[in-house]
Amino acid sequence: MPPFLTQPFPEAWRIPLRGWTNDGVNWLVATYGDVFRGITDTVLLLLVRVERGLAALPWWLVVLLVAALVWHATGRRVWPAVSLAGLLVLVGTFGLWSQMMTTLAIMLIATLFTIVLGIPVGIAMARSDRLKALLRPLLDGMQTMPSFVYLVPVVMFFGLGNVAAIIATFVYAVPPIIRLTDLGLRLVDAEVLEAAQAFGASERQTLTWVRLPLALPTIMAGVNQTIMMALAMVVLASMIGARGLGQEVLRGLQRGNVGLGLEAGLAIVFVAIVMDRVTAGYSRRWDPTAKGR
Amino acid sequence: MTNHHEEGATNGAEIHIEVEDLSKVFGPDPESIVPLLRDGVSKDDILARTGHTVGLRDISLRIERGETFVVMGLSGSGKSTLVRCLNRLIEPTTGHVRLDGEDVLALGPRALRDVRRHKMGMVFQRFGLLPHRTVLANVTFGLRVQGVSLAERREKASAWIERVGLAGYEQALPRELSGGMQQRVGLARALCTDPEVLLMDEAFSALDPLIRREMQGELVRLQQELSKTIVFITHDLDEALRLGDRVAVLKDGFLVQVGTPVEIVTRPADDYVRAFVEDVDRSRVLRARDALKFAAPHATERVEEALGRVAAGATLGEALAAIADVGGPVAVVGRNDRVLGVLDGTTALRALTERPEVKTS
Ligand SMILES: Nc1ncnc2c1ncn2[C@@H]1O[C@H](COP(=O)(O)OP(=O)(O)OP(=O)(O)O)[C@@H](O)[C@H]1O
Ligand SMILES: [Mg+2]
Repeated sequence: MPPFLTQPFPEAWRIPLRGWTNDGVNWLVATYGDVFRGITDTVLLLLVRVERGLAALPWWLVVLLVAALVWHATGRRVWPAVSLAGLLVLVGTFGLWSQMMTTLAIMLIATLFTIVLGIPVGIAMARSDRLKALLRPLLDGMQTMPSFVYLVPVVMFFGLGNVAAIIATFVYAVPPIIRLTDLGLRLVDAEVLEAAQAFGASERQTLTWVRLPLALPTIMAGVNQTIMMALAMVVLASMIGARGLGQEVLRGLQRGNVGLGLEAGLAIVFVAIVMDRVTAGYSRRWDPTAKGR
Repeated sequence: MTNHHEEGATNGAEIHIEVEDLSKVFGPDPESIVPLLRDGVSKDDILARTGHTVGLRDISLRIERGETFVVMGLSGSGKSTLVRCLNRLIEPTTGHVRLDGEDVLALGPRALRDVRRHKMGMVFQRFGLLPHRTVLANVTFGLRVQGVSLAERREKASAWIERVGLAGYEQALPRELSGGMQQRVGLARALCTDPEVLLMDEAFSALDPLIRREMQGELVRLQQELSKTIVFITHDLDEALRLGDRVAVLKDGFLVQVGTPVEIVTRPADDYVRAFVEDVDRSRVLRARDALKFAAPHATERVEEALGRVAAGATLGEALAAIADVGGPVAVVGRNDRVLGVLDGTTALRALTERPEVKTS
């Protein structure tokens, strides 16, 4: 065999991607440090407000509100409302109520960001095939890249703590809502769109009166998936300093406290179930093609 | 549907929509196909050689104000493409479309929107209603697009909902209505902006036969009051003959014949049209007036033999019934009681059974 075939991978072919990345990140932090600090402070302010607000609510009121929300989302069904509210009470009996409220605050803000950013991006993507071709690999990458990889730069940009956790959660959870907004808008019945056009509707009228309402169930399915993915990030996010239920799971892990880990884990599952039922409920309720109850 | 049957030919009326040398090619580079169209390369060859689909080729038409103009043809013949070129839901490749003499294809986006908002209404095969909005909201859609106030929208829409027979269903959702009722909503929506032109693409094709006949009757009734210019697409000959003042027949994107229902039935332009009209019930299409043309020389002049009378516009079937009733020839009477001729049983039966010749021109 010729000798070059037995050689190890040639050293000279090395691309210093890691060097470039590190330099790039350092440069960004050094140059735009103020911008990142500004973002951090703003998000933090918002988070503190929401968290305080939630904490100020008496526990029974939260339980009632959630029950009412589930009742409304599921088309006025009593049993799901009662049982899901019961799950929240159960979390209280684990002694994890305040942690749950913290997790809820982080979740709500991360979800808010994904909706506020994800839906417009999805709308733009539905309008332009070129943008879609461009964004698709990026979204695939965001979803498949192990989250540990971007935990580090996120911390470098936003510091350890809840804000970094929100940003990391956002990056991980935003792809489904973008994708499903795009899908929902593209799936709107061609004849209904033609009708809107035939009556002289402008692009804007068509979007707000026809496309978005008809895509709403699909978009809600995206919100649902996004929330589920965000909840999957809760424990990981606590590794970069997020408080709440994830932190308890982590603590259970570190101290060999299986019971604590289980309680906190169950609490996360309960929150997930509640949020899933609410968003899935609205996804179904807003489906104009489904038969009403 | 208007009195064009009475007058037969349609000369002298005002041209409302004029289509000139209109062609439409679907595919990545339609312009490059135009020379092939000129050379008369067939639709199949163009598809095989270039991957482009010919939708329409060299269509020229003049549609008169107030007439119901039916476009007929087999699936894929280009009917939907033609009607969509009129309001530019489909952008033609070459040619002209003029509405009241104004070139629709030259309009900018804003002017085009205005034409669509105010001058043309459209009714769709599968209705194209907003499933999440009520009947009332669907009917007001066109006015809402125009920015008309809520009160005015309500008032106009309610009137139209009542007129198409849906009073009481204002707050219903489309899915709660039968197909026929949904299409009434579609019709009311199209009429609510009071357009001059109504485009109807297979508007009744998705309905059951009975409901379909009912809707056809409804349209005839409305049209007698409204006198819109209607471009009605169908693949159904009976529907075409029933509704059309004139009928155009499309084949592979070509216009093969334009004429009154009687002309189409008695003088089909080629075998394609002939195949269409072969099985038609001529007793319902032909009028007493048309049957006179099948008489032997001078047979129509023996007025003194007539035992009864029928109107010139009566169907051949009605004329036959009259002949059977009185037991002999009947006088065919036109306007002002003028006797156009005498129709006897033999002539009427000949009109009923004679196979159409292919018109050679
Ligand atoms: N958007 C499109 N892209 C490519 N080809 C098209 C498109 N729309 C129509 N065509 C083709 O153009 C031709 C005419 O189509 P069109 O829809 O006008 O026919 P039609 O007479 O309305 O038929 P049908 O009775 O099935 O509705 C067909 O060969 C069709 O395949
Ligand atoms: Mg069609």
